[in-house]
Amino acid sequence: MLALLVAFAVVSVVLPPLTRLLGRRIFWVAALVPLAAFVHTIAVGPTIIGGGTVVEAVPWIPELALSLTARLDVLSWVLALVVTGVGALVLLYCSSYFRDSEDGLGRFAGILLAFAGAMYGLVVADDVFLLFVFWELTSVFSYLLIGHYTASKTSRGAALQALLVTTLGGLVMLVGLVLLAVETGTSRLSEIIATPPEGALATTAVMLVLVGALSKSAIVPFHFWLPAAMAAPTPVSAYLHAAAMVKAGIYLIARFAPGFAEVPLWREVLVILGVATMLIGGWTALRQTDLKLVLAHGTVSQLGFLTVVVGYGTRDAALAGLALLLAHALFKSTLFLAVGVVDHHAGTRDLRKISGLGRRAPLLAIVTAIALASMAGLPPLFGFVAKEAVFTALLTDAADGALIGWVALVGVAAGSALTVAYSARFFWGAFARKSGVADAKPIAEKAGFLLPPALLAISGLALGFIAPLIDTAISGYSRTFPEAGGESYHLALWHGLEPALAISAATLLAGLGLFWQRARVLDLQRNAVSGVSASTMYWSSMRTIDRLAARTTSLTQRGSLAFYLGVILVVFVLVVGAALVTNRTWPTELRLWDYPAQLAIGVIMGVAAVAATRAGKRFQAVVLVGVTGIGMSALFALQGAPDLALTQILVELVTLVAFVLVLRRLPARLGVTHTSSHRLLRAVIAIAVGLVMAVVAVVALGARTDLPISLEWAELAFVQGHGSNVVNVALVDLRGWDTMGELSVVIAAATGVASLIFISGRTDDLPRIARSEARKTLRARRRRAEDLSGDENSRNSWLLAGRTLAPRNRSILLEVVVRLTFHALIVVSVYLVFAGHNAPGGGFAGGLVAGLALVGRYLAGGRHELGAAAPVDAGRLLGVGLTLSVGTALVPLFFGADPLTSTWVEGEVWLLGHLEFVTSTVFDVGVYLVVIGLVLDVLRSLGAEVDRQLETEGATK
Amino acid sequence: MSVSLVLVVLMAVLYASGVYLMLEKSLTRVLLGFLLVGNATNLLLLIMAGRAGLAPIVGGDVTPEQMTDPLPQALILTAIVITFGVSAFLMALLYRSWRLSQGDSLEDDADDVAMRRRGDTSIANDEADSAPADSEFGADHADAPSATARGAAPDGDRR
Repeated sequence: MLALLVAFAVVSVVLPPLTRLLGRRIFWVAALVPLAAFVHTIAVGPTIIGGGTVVEAVPWIPELALSLTARLDVLSWVLALVVTGVGALVLLYCSSYFRDSEDGLGRFAGILLAFAGAMYGLVVADDVFLLFVFWELTSVFSYLLIGHYTASKTSRGAALQALLVTTLGGLVMLVGLVLLAVETGTSRLSEIIATPPEGALATTAVMLVLVGALSKSAIVPFHFWLPAAMAAPTPVSAYLHAAAMVKAGIYLIARFAPGFAEVPLWREVLVILGVATMLIGGWTALRQTDLKLVLAHGTVSQLGFLTVVVGYGTRDAALAGLALLLAHALFKSTLFLAVGVVDHHAGTRDLRKISGLGRRAPLLAIVTAIALASMAGLPPLFGFVAKEAVFTALLTDAADGALIGWVALVGVAAGSALTVAYSARFFWGAFARKSGVADAKPIAEKAGFLLPPALLAISGLALGFIAPLIDTAISGYSRTFPEAGGESYHLALWHGLEPALAISAATLLAGLGLFWQRARVLDLQRNAVSGVSASTMYWSSMRTIDRLAARTTSLTQRGSLAFYLGVILVVFVLVVGAALVTNRTWPTELRLWDYPAQLAIGVIMGVAAVAATRAGKRFQAVVLVGVTGIGMSALFALQGAPDLALTQILVELVTLVAFVLVLRRLPARLGVTHTSSHRLLRAVIAIAVGLVMAVVAVVALGARTDLPISLEWAELAFVQGHGSNVVNVALVDLRGWDTMGELSVVIAAATGVASLIFISGRTDDLPRIARSEARKTLRARRRRAEDLSGDENSRNSWLLAGRTLAPRNRSILLEVVVRLTFHALIVVSVYLVFAGHNAPGGGFAGGLVAGLALVGRYLAGGRHELGAAAPVDAGRLLGVGLTLSVGTALVPLFFGADPLTSTWVEGEVWLLGHLEFVTSTVFDVGVYLVVIGLVLDVLRSLGAEVDRQLETEGATK
Repeated sequence: MSVSLVLVVLMAVLYASGVYLMLEKSLTRVLLGFLLVGNATNLLLLIMAGRAGLAPIVGGDVTPEQMTDPLPQALILTAIVITFGVSAFLMALLYRSWRLSQGDSLEDDADDVAMRRRGDTSIANDEADSAPADSEFGADHADAPSATARGAAPDGDRR
C-alpha cells in the first residue's frame, strides 16, 4: 500500500512533462496507477473478507511514536475499491472528455492522479496525523482541480470557497484528533476506536472531529460549497464530488461510529443535520435547470442520507450505510460522467434547452436510466437493496422505542421521495422531447466515451443480483458494532412483503407525484425562496474578515517608523520589565568602578551622549557621538581588551570620514523635529529603555554563578589554535563560524552601500590611471626644479593623480603626509594581520588600517587618486576575501577533519629567523580583504561617486 | 559576579540617548541614535565580562583567571565591525534620500496613510456568483468540434 502511494506521487509528478508527448492519451498512463491499486485491493480481498487486516508500517518520527501506518480492514477496503476503481475509470473517461489542445492538460492530469493518491492514502491511513495530512492534501488538490479554469472568476471563487470551508473544518478536526491521541496515548486510529476514551473531553474531541467530517461531506451548515464547486470540469465532479472526496467525511463518521456512536449527542447531531441536509438538498435539486446542478444538490441530499445511516450506529444501520455508500458511489459518478457526455453532445447542460436527446443517444439514455433507477431505489438495482436495508434498520430501532429512529426514518423516507422526483426530472430534462425546443442533431455515440459510465452503471445493476455475496464481503464492518437483540439483517434483493417495501413503494409514488406536479412545485419554490442562505452568510463573513483585516492594517500599520519602533520598545519595556520585577537573583556584590579612570571616561561619554541628543547642527552631533566611540575605545584599553580598543578607534576614524563625506551634501542644521508633546513621550520611552537595560545587565551578571567557559580558551587557543592572542584565535578558529556570518553581513552592507549610490551597476567607473605613465611624468616633473617655483597651477604633485584636482582643493601638507605614510600604513596593516595571532591586531584591525591609508589617498588626491591607489574593484576584494575564509573552513574537510580545523608549520628562515605559519591566518587574510573591500566601497560610493555626481551637476548648472 | 556601577549607569545613559534619537524623524538623528545604541550594546557585553583584568594574551605568567574574559571580547569585536557596516549602509540611505527628496526626514509611508484614509470602503464586493456556466462546451460546436472550439466558451472569460 505504501509502495502504491509512492507510485501515485511519482507518476503524478512525471505526468505534466509527458503530456507534451502523449497529449490526452496521458490519461491512459495515469489510469494505470489507480488500476494497479484496484487490482492490489481486489487481491487482498480474501484476507479482508475472511476477517483479517493488512497492515504496513514504516517509522516516521520515532521520537513522537509516529509511523506511516497503512491498514486495510473491511471499511477501508470498500472505500479503497471505490476510490481506485472509480478513479481509474474517471481518468480513462478524461482521455475522451478533453482535447489535446486543452490548456493545462498535463497539470490537470497530474493533480487528478495526485488527488486519487491522496484519497487512497486517506482511506488506508491508520495514524490519525497521517490521516489528517492526506485529508488536507485532498482539500488542496480539490482546490486546484475546481479552479482548473484559471481564467474564470467563478471557478477561482468556488475553488477558494471549497478550500476555506474544508480546511477550516479540517483544522477543527485536527484539534479533536490531537485531543483523542493524547487522551488514549496512541495515534493509531484502530487502537483509538478499539478502546474509546470517555467523558466530557472525549465528547468534545469527537464533536470537533465531526465538524471536520461534516464540512468535508457538505452537510448543513457547510453544504453550500458543493454546488459552487461544480465550476470544476465534469470528470472532477464525478470523482471528487460523487465518489471520493465528499465521501471522506462519511468514511470518517463510519470509522468512528463503532467506538463512539454511543457518545452523547453523536446520534442526535448526525441524524438531525443529516435529515436537514437530505431534505434541503433534495428540495433545491428540484429547482435546478442545469443538469449538473441537479446532480450537485442531489449529491448534497444523498450525503445527508449517508450521514444519517452511517452515523446511526446500530449493526443493521452500519451494514445498510456501507451498502448505500457503495451504491451511491456507483450511480452518482455514472450520472456525472453522463452529464459530461450530454454537455459534449448538446453543447449545454441547461435542461430547458435540450430536447430529444434520448432518441439520438439511446445508449447514453440507457446507461443514465440504470443509474437513475439505482438512485431512486428501484429493484433490482443495488440502490434498492441498500435503501431497503436502511428502512428496515431504522424501522427496527424505531419500533424498539427510539424517538430518534422515527425522526431518521420519516426524514429519509421524505428525502427518498424527493430523490425519486429529481431523478425523474433529470431523465426528463436530459432526454425527453420538449415542445418549443429544437431537437438535438444526430450524434455518433463513441464507445470509449461511454465505457466508463456504462461499466459503473452495470456494476450497480450486477451488485443488486449478488447482494448476498456483498453482504458476506462487507458485514465484517457491521460486526464491529455491538450485537442487537434478534437476528441481524442481511442484504438481499428480495426480503418478501415487509414494511420496508411498503415505504419504498410509498416514496416512489410520492416522488412521481412531485415530478408530475413539477410546474406547481416550481411555483411553490419561487415563492418560498428567501434571501438568507448559508452561501450568502459565507460571503458576508468573508467580507467581514476583509474589512476587519483592512481596519487592523490601518490601525497598526501607521506607516511611521518612529511609531513602529515606539511600539516595539514599549512592548520590550513592559514584558522584560515584568519579568525583572519577579526576579530573585540579584548580584551579591556591587562596586562603584573597576578603576577611578572609569568614572572620568564615563562622565565625558555620558555628557557627550546627552549633548548629542540636543545638538542642532549635524556635524556637532556627529562629533559628540564620535566622542562616545573614542570613550569606548579608552574603556576597552583600560579593561584589558587591546584588540577592541584598536579596532574601535580605527572604526571611529573611518566612520567620521564617511559621515563627513555624506554630510557635505546636507545642510548644516538639523531639520525641525517632532512637536513638544512627542518629545516628552520619546524621552519617557528612552529613559524607560535605559533603565530596563541597566537592570537587565545587573540581573544577568548576578545570574552568572558558574565559571565562564572562556577560562579554558587560553589553553585551547595556545594548544589547538597555536596562537597566544586568545581573542584573535577565537575569531578565526574557535568561533570561526560566527566570523563567517559576520563577513556575510559586512559584504551585504558593502554591496548595499554601493547599490544605493551607484544606481545602475555594482562596478564603479573610477578613472584608472596607467600607473607607469603617471609615475614617469611625476619623475620628470620632479627633475625640473623650476616647477617648484612656478605658478599655482603647475605646482608639483606628490601624488599620482594630484594634478587632477583644482588647485584650491589641494593641500600640499596633506599630499606630503599621505605620500610619506601610505606605504608605511600598508606595511603596518599587513603586519597586524600576521602578528594578530599572537599579539593585538588581526584581520579587522589590519583591514581598517589599510582602509585608512586609502582614505588618506582619497582625501588628498580625490577620486582619481583613489582609482590609482586601489586599482582593484571593491566587489572583487569582497569576493576573494570571502572565498579565502570559506576555503579555510572547507579545506580541512578534504583531510577528514572538521571544518575550520587549523594546523601550522614552523621553521628557520634566512634573515627572518624562526617563523611559524598557522593556517587560520589565511582566514584572517580573508577578513582583512573583506574589511578593505567594505572601506573601499564606502569611499568609492560616498566619496568618489558623490564627487562625480557633484561634478556633473555643476557642469549642467 | 560583581557589577561596576559606573559602567551600568553609562550604558543606561547611552541607551536612553540612542533610543531618544532613534525615535526622531530626521534620518541623520536615527543614524546617530543607532551608533549610540551600538556603543551601549558593546558596553553591555563588556559588563558581562565581569571584573577588569589583563589582556587575554597567553605568555609570561598570566593565568586565565587574571585575564579579562575573552568571549565577550570576540563578540564585541564582531559587533563593532557590523555596526560600522550597517551605519555605512544607513549613510548611503541618507544620501540617497537626500538626493531624491532633498530632505532627510522619515515621512510616513504614503500607501499606509492612504489605506488609513480609505478605511474599508476599498473592500470590493467581488464575490463569485455561485452558479457556474451551464456548459463547458460552446453550444455551437456540439457536433463539429474544432481545435479552437473548446477555447471559445460563450461567456468569454473562460480562458
